[in-house]
Amino acid sequence: MYDIESLYEAQSVDDAARALAEDPLAVIIAGGTDVLVKLREGKGTPAHLVSIHELGGELAGVSLAEDGTVEIGPLTVFHDVTVSPIIQGTVPTLGEACDTPGGPQLRTSGTIGGNVCTAATSADSASTLFAYGALLDVRSVRGERTIPIEEWYAGPGRSHKERDEVLVKIRIPRERYEGFTGHYFKYGKRRALEITTMGCCCLVKLAADASTIEDIRLAFGVAGPTPMRALAAEDAVRGMGVAEAAEKIGELAAACTNPRDSWRASKEFRLQLIKEMSKRSLIEAARRGGARL
Amino acid sequence: MEKLREVGRPVPRVDAFDKVTGRAMFTDDLCPKPCLEAKLVHATIGNGRVVSIDTSEALAEPGVVAVFTCFDVPDICFPVAGHPWYADSKAEKRDLADRKLLDDRVRIYGDNIAVVVGEDSVACARGVSKVKVTYEEWPVVYDAQESLAGTEHPVQERCPDNLLAHSLAVTPDEKLAEQGYDSVEAVLADPRYHHFSAHIESREQSQVHIETCVSYCYEEGGKIVCVTSTQIPHVVRRVIGQALGIPWGQVRVIKPYIGGGFGTKQDVHYEPLNAWICQQIGGRCVKLEISREELFWDTSGRQPKSFDVEASVDDDMNLRARSIVAYSNTGGYGHHGHALVLNSVNSFRWLYHGQEFATRSEAFTAYTNGPHTGAMRAYGVPEGNWAAECLMGDIAYDMGWDGVEFRLKNVYTDAFVDEFTPGGVIAAHTCAIPECVEKGKAYIEWDKKRAEYANQTGPVRHGVGVALFVYKTAVAPFALETATAALTLNQDGTVQLQMGATEIGQGADTVFSQMAAEAIGVDTEDVHIVSFQDTDVTPYDSGAYASRQTYVSGTAVKKAGLTLRRKILDYARFLYPNAQGELTLRDHHVLDALGHPVCDLKTLALEAYYNLDRADQLHAHETVNVHTNAIAGGCTFADVTVDMPLGKVTVNKIINVHDSGTLINPKLVEQQIHGGMAQGIGFGLYEEVQVDPKTGRVLNSTLLDYKIPTSMDVPDLKADFVEKPDPTGPYGNKAVGETPVISPAAAIRDAILNATGVKFYVEPMTPQRLFEGFKREGLI
Amino acid sequence: MDMKILKCTVNGREVQVGYDPRESLLDTLRNRLGLTSVKRGCEVGECGACTVLVDGVATDTCLYLTDWAQGKEILTVEGLQAPDGSLDPVQQAFVDEFAVQCGFCIPGIIMSAEEMVRSGKTYTRDEIRKQLSGHLCRCTGYENIVNAVEKAIEVVHGMVGEPAEKNA
Repeated sequence: MYDIESLYEAQSVDDAARALAEDPLAVIIAGGTDVLVKLREGKGTPAHLVSIHELGGELAGVSLAEDGTVEIGPLTVFHDVTVSPIIQGTVPTLGEACDTPGGPQLRTSGTIGGNVCTAATSADSASTLFAYGALLDVRSVRGERTIPIEEWYAGPGRSHKERDEVLVKIRIPRERYEGFTGHYFKYGKRRALEITTMGCCCLVKLAADASTIEDIRLAFGVAGPTPMRALAAEDAVRGMGVAEAAEKIGELAAACTNPRDSWRASKEFRLQLIKEMSKRSLIEAARRGGARL
Repeated sequence: MEKLREVGRPVPRVDAFDKVTGRAMFTDDLCPKPCLEAKLVHATIGNGRVVSIDTSEALAEPGVVAVFTCFDVPDICFPVAGHPWYADSKAEKRDLADRKLLDDRVRIYGDNIAVVVGEDSVACARGVSKVKVTYEEWPVVYDAQESLAGTEHPVQERCPDNLLAHSLAVTPDEKLAEQGYDSVEAVLADPRYHHFSAHIESREQSQVHIETCVSYCYEEGGKIVCVTSTQIPHVVRRVIGQALGIPWGQVRVIKPYIGGGFGTKQDVHYEPLNAWICQQIGGRCVKLEISREELFWDTSGRQPKSFDVEASVDDDMNLRARSIVAYSNTGGYGHHGHALVLNSVNSFRWLYHGQEFATRSEAFTAYTNGPHTGAMRAYGVPEGNWAAECLMGDIAYDMGWDGVEFRLKNVYTDAFVDEFTPGGVIAAHTCAIPECVEKGKAYIEWDKKRAEYANQTGPVRHGVGVALFVYKTAVAPFALETATAALTLNQDGTVQLQMGATEIGQGADTVFSQMAAEAIGVDTEDVHIVSFQDTDVTPYDSGAYASRQTYVSGTAVKKAGLTLRRKILDYARFLYPNAQGELTLRDHHVLDALGHPVCDLKTLALEAYYNLDRADQLHAHETVNVHTNAIAGGCTFADVTVDMPLGKVTVNKIINVHDSGTLINPKLVEQQIHGGMAQGIGFGLYEEVQVDPKTGRVLNSTLLDYKIPTSMDVPDLKADFVEKPDPTGPYGNKAVGETPVISPAAAIRDAILNATGVKFYVEPMTPQRLFEGFKREGLI
Repeated sequence: MDMKILKCTVNGREVQVGYDPRESLLDTLRNRLGLTSVKRGCEVGECGACTVLVDGVATDTCLYLTDWAQGKEILTVEGLQAPDGSLDPVQQAFVDEFAVQCGFCIPGIIMSAEEMVRSGKTYTRDEIRKQLSGHLCRCTGYENIVNAVEKAIEVVHGMVGEPAEKNA
């Protein structure tokens, strides 16, 4: 049993926004896999919950807009992102990333929106959404606004979404995925039920010769307090041959990340992972794009 | 020997149907709801004492029924280890008494200082958060050797130097003199031999049974009833009596099915507190369930240890001498005391004592402010085995010898008798190690893979490794071994079997049923075993630990079965005085000397119950006292892939081959081996209770951060055995329950060494440690 | 908070039961409906012992508020036996393959296996391992559990035979 003071099942997104505005202590619960764990630890108790769990009709599902934008309802559970034909046809690396959190039960309860809203650096979908340059639409009684994912994170576990705002859509415009192939590499100490020790997403667009990197995006989780892009590393290898880039990307990536030392892994070990995983992700992403390596 | 009919049969588990239908009842399943709940208040310092506790705000919280603190409980120290007790005539053998229900002396971070009783879990949690505690705080010491150097405030007042115990076993001077030496050190240092030494460490492993520790208590008939998830119901009854200062007969303990124990539940953790709370609130039913997180520091894991080992070996692969000095960190409380590290150093000595003529084993057990520790599957032996096999692996690697050949040359044989155990009780009556090794080698393709994996380069490499192990069966002659079995013939010719020994998932109920059937001469399906123990009606047995039950309690079953068989045949003789020759019982019939049926068992049973002249409810109630022991052994072979830049080891193939004597039920033995292997892989690669040395706080007390293998982390596990009947086991059987966990870690270590040439000495070999090792050796 | 009434289908039967909105579905199934096969092992979605099928999907009930179960169809191990008492193929395979030891994690694992069996798909041994990876078992090393699931899938698909490469 959880220490819950009030539980309101919202009837619609607008209803949820209204409920959040009316109770200054209220917070959203969606899949429950993060919020309930925190409540059990005594964090945020007694809780005032506005549940959007049952708003699947309005908030779950993946669609492709006419302009090619991939639109993901934030209440879509990880598993449904992974198996969505739209995802597989447009942003398959995101589907791959959503196949890695926890175990199967978590992936049918945990939502992609929740993964973004809890704003953990270790969130498995976050680095990939970062690489794809996702746009996050939020709504409150004050109206709707869009926050690019680059501006979403305020710090570990904190986002710039206000407490009373509901994430209503995750959008990936066509130009941000078209022509890219990618690879998400989750490093955990086990093969399942893992908090990511290091997460790395590499997207590459190869030139017509299938061996030159025309464009690249390299994003990490757990390489810093929030998910991040290794922009300087990207700039340095853009225009380079894949083989040479693979040689160099590791050191370049390490130079623009700042992982922490903790009892879970030392800084030195995390830097080693950043180097090795950047390289392997780049090679795999390029291979998927037709590079022969 | 007569052919065995029921023993050796792979009969389905007697509890399987109830467990797949959800009908098997575990403690919380039986607890009447709603009932009161209790939740502990834990110290937020690692060393010091509680000065005062303010409970007023907690008591004001709605739904909070009572708060009890360390200042309210009786001033009684009691022992908690699941061992037999001893009368005053042998008082020196008793476990040490160093626990109180709640204690104002805080010895470990999270020590139990108060308890909140509430109407539900939320009321309890709120109450716990409102208890205000004032402490006097002292510095924390976590390292065993540092602690032995002395602390201003001893962890346990009666041990001013923090030394719980010290032991030393050295080859006697006269035996050394026979070889021309005056000390073990001289043999180790002899320049004619090759000398090896290493510092080795093993960290705390947690049992991680999926059912937490849970009990509930209520008063009925003027007694306290405690229903609990335990391996040792009779010990729980005694300890509740001791802790509360009440006669033991006023306590009734009921043990339903339990969701794993692996040694945690061989301690009496919270039942006495639960019983005492129940007493304080008028005997109302109250439940005390330990959360998943609390289990990691507030129950007893495997003791962390360090070992300094040495060996000398001649050119012909013969070990000449080995030495081990062990430091064991028991944490803030003694629980199982020094017995654990004794098992480590003893198994180190026993395993490769074939050719050496000098040996030295020294052990220290230190109190520290670390989490208290206790029994875990194989009780100190996996740690000793890790030390023994690290050393053997290093020698074989450095000398360029085949690791299997070197080990077989030095391993114990069926002639082995431990010279340091009085009476020669620790002995290998049989030994199938060579045959086990042959099977393991064949499965892993040892010779082929060793050749294939030679001279590898590159970041990802492959290796095969080996480790052997040795284990004793039960605890004689070091401690009492006794057990009782009770059998009753039912009216329909079936039998009831009641044991004080417990089913904890290992399949005890099934093998007891098979052994009873064998002894009586009926089918296993004719035996109805009562699975739950209730100390008001269940015969005494010390419980499930030390791989003792099939050997010791099984001896009681056999004895009771033979007695009942004799009574049945005697009654048949009474009914049929003219039946020809010696009677026997087979296929549900009493047969005469010519094999002709005299009567069927059902008819006999009905007569026995309702005969107007001589009604006799045929039953047998037999107690045994076992003074023998039996050495069991076996091996692990593993094939691994090592991805050095990622600090990752993948176990591709692994096999355990066991010499456990006769198998009562080969499928159940296979089950034990599988589970033990997975725990062994966890012990070697993943599992470590991480403690902050500054505060003594456990850092990774969740199932996410404490990593037991998932179904994706273990390969297909191959279990095999070589059956050589042991002359002392009731049916030729000897230890198997704990043994599979012992050797996988060391075999994986040996395979990593084969793959990379890097020697790892600290288990578990986590990615962090693997990374550091490969970095240190310049491989990444 | 006031009690509410949960109306849903449990093991094929429509039920109405009062619940405290602070409860997880785990609490309600165990304490109010007596479905004690649903086990509590960690309460935070890490062990899988409380897994049931909610609308056919294997779900950790510890992280599922009872409030969300309104109108849903819930299936637990108690609902698997046929009316004549015979075991469901998954249950039977767990008995036959010696997949059960202490048995505490087993009901949850059986429900994940049911999800697989009912999907009509085939699974490789590695896929079975992945689908079971949300369950922790400490007794079995998963070996006989994977064997049992493999066998149950074969039985249900009408292709009875020895599991391929078992312990090869």
